Amino acid sequence: MSLEYTSSEMMTVTAARALENGMTCFVGIGLPSEAANLARLTHAPEVVLIYESGTLQTKPDILPLSIGDGELCESALTTVAVPEMFRYWLQGGKVNVGFLGTAQIDRFANLNTTLIGDYKAPKVRLPGGGGAPEIATNAGEVFITLKHSKRAFVKDVDFVTTLGFGRDGKGRDNVPNIGKGPTRVITDLCVMKPDPDTKELVVVSLHPGVTREQVIDATGWDIRFAEQLESTPEPNANELDILRELKARTERAHAGE
Amino acid sequence: MAEFLSLHDAVARYVDDGATVAMEGFTHLIPFAAGHEVIRQKKRDLTLIRMTPDIIYDQLIGAGCAKKVIFSWGGNPGVGSLHRLRDAVEKGWPQKIEILEHSHAAMACAFEAGAAGLPLAVLRGYVGSELPSVNDQIKFIECPFTGERLAAVPSVRPDVSIIHAQRADRQGNVLVEGIVGVQKEAVLAAKHSVVTVEEIVDDLNAHPNACVIPGWAISAVAVAEKGALPSYTHGYYGRSNRFYKEWDAIARDRDTFTQWLDDNVYRADNNPAGGQA
Repeated sequence: MSLEYTSSEMMTVTAARALENGMTCFVGIGLPSEAANLARLTHAPEVVLIYESGTLQTKPDILPLSIGDGELCESALTTVAVPEMFRYWLQGGKVNVGFLGTAQIDRFANLNTTLIGDYKAPKVRLPGGGGAPEIATNAGEVFITLKHSKRAFVKDVDFVTTLGFGRDGKGRDNVPNIGKGPTRVITDLCVMKPDPDTKELVVVSLHPGVTREQVIDATGWDIRFAEQLESTPEPNANELDILRELKARTERAHAGE
Repeated sequence: MAEFLSLHDAVARYVDDGATVAMEGFTHLIPFAAGHEVIRQKKRDLTLIRMTPDIIYDQLIGAGCAKKVIFSWGGNPGVGSLHRLRDAVEKGWPQKIEILEHSHAAMACAFEAGAAGLPLAVLRGYVGSELPSVNDQIKFIECPFTGERLAAVPSVRPDVSIIHAQRADRQGNVLVEGIVGVQKEAVLAAKHSVVTVEEIVDDLNAHPNACVIPGWAISAVAVAEKGALPSYTHGYYGRSNRFYKEWDAIARDRDTFTQWLDDNVYRADNNPAGGQA
């Protein structure tokens, strides 16, 4: 008998499973942080989590609201200054995977967290780049997780804050000393990977019960599906228990502050 | 040696209209009490530098102190937008502000370069990003040894940097603990610096590798108890995540924001916590 779970839980568990035990992961706040900590609390106890606030090898008991919550520092092996974090640990090549969220993503996995509309007269001003532009190029590879919607998955982003594969899919060609870039995108509907040649995102796995039409309806370009389309494995009871406990603990802690 | 001043006098002496000011603290140790004092003294036309403007700059922008903001991530962490920043950028209220945006890596390097007395910072950055197309302070140079194309940004050299820290001793030496951000770099990069602290102690009890900023490298030290609230001071008090969430509703509307400013900053008579806790 299959378990009851939400599409958000499916997304988080799938994103968590992408991390392998022993990897060093530079973690973005929000969904990536939730997934990375679930990985650490389940199949990947030795995963090394790094946050841009300078907290190295951190093991938070509750999910941080901000990238610099005290919990991250208190549970870290050590905390370094922010310039050291970006220069030695990220740019120095010590990070296997960068785990990012975004407001907008396009077919070549370029990320926009800067604005919607025109730069001089934005319709919506978003927070900006933060750590993402260099995480995406200096980490060995990049995982991206966000909810699937037509607003978020657009053919061309309004602004390339952070490089996926560029406006033509060739943005990383012949650039020395950078990482592979996005290797998977995990949503609440499916998993996508870049086509090895064109770098356009292709659906490789549908979550249980999700149809191709749902993905097509929630994607702003003519999305392709892999020939060997797989079904994403369901979460197990242990993963769901640990995720729910983590979220309940987090909610209690934040409400009490 | 650092001079011990009241917060009022430190701000009055070192923050001039039109100055370039960096108030640093990466989520932790954000100098809110000092920011509120800048608002109360109605400083104008400031160029405000900060990696994460956070709600401290949302308040300064909404209060009309800012002419320009240089930043790398302008949100309310874990909550959403900075509505006063957005209102200024999108609608020009209370006045139009200029923005110059970077990535975190570039700004961190720029603070470090400023502390090191260099004119520029070099990094492997902005590859494929469109930020260089909207920020003319991002350039690319060729490594003279390898030929690699690298990004260059001007160093940050503020007129005054303001930070908050746990404590100072009676000589004005300051100990910063926990998430240390770019605070030491900000102080050393600036012409003048003001450090607010939770308390003055006889002995810092710092271990040999602790982040200690010598008093002779600081212009002024001022006591501001709970001076980082609603952000936090490691070892003293926690972050008010609740206030960060409440700020979303306060700042969304010009009238509720103006009322909040009246009640908690203008009429707060130098209450360092600004009545926010």
